[in-house]
Amino acid sequence: MSISVQLEDFDIKAETEKVTAGRTDIGALVTFTGLARDHAGTKTVEAMELEHYPGMTERELERIEKEAHERWQLQASRIIHRYGPLHPGEQIVLVITASAHRKDAFEAAEFLMDWLKTKAPFWKKETGPSGTHWVDAKVSDDEAAARWQK
Amino acid sequence: MKILYFASLKEKIGRSEEDIDCPPGAQTVGDLLGWLQARGEGYAHAFEDTALIKAAVDQEHATLDAPIAGAREIAFFPPVTGG
Repeated sequence: MSISVQLEDFDIKAETEKVTAGRTDIGALVTFTGLARDHAGTKTVEAMELEHYPGMTERELERIEKEAHERWQLQASRIIHRYGPLHPGEQIVLVITASAHRKDAFEAAEFLMDWLKTKAPFWKKETGPSGTHWVDAKVSDDEAAARWQK
Repeated sequence: MKILYFASLKEKIGRSEEDIDCPPGAQTVGDLLGWLQARGEGYAHAFEDTALIKAAVDQEHATLDAPIAGAREIAFFPPVTGG
């Protein structure tokens, strides 16, 4: 289990290798990468800024990761979330889950992203041709997270 | 106690944090929010729609009825939009 909140970009291959290094018991490895899009609905996005709550962000990601390990049979996991200025095409978030079997790895990765999107204290500010605005939370994200409620 | 503001709330209030003494009679996050609303125009604007205000007590998500006794750090922010 490992989380990072960082300004810098990440290397998916290097992170994957760190998760699997020296292990032969992993049968399924799922990686999810979130990228900055150049549009939000019909609006063009030229750049974005991700603000976060230092301290709480790390604690919240650790709580979410721990929850995933309690719910699924995971051998390893890795979460990286960036903050600061980002441009379309750049990587924002990485989730890696490793398990003996694919079902646990797939479901845990989806759970981690759904919970992260509704619980981790990050806020996006987008800049486009008509100016800068804070992104509103999506009802669909709440609904996606709600299906994991026990 | 330390009060933190993030994202649009920070911009409307014009500051990211401040130290305050717990207002007399304030027992919950909602009580504190009500007290903050009355502090000035920026605060009133920031806390206009309480349905869109999220809070954390000592870096854990908290609802408006959460107690604030003994809290060191209380944060207010809009619904999160990471990922």
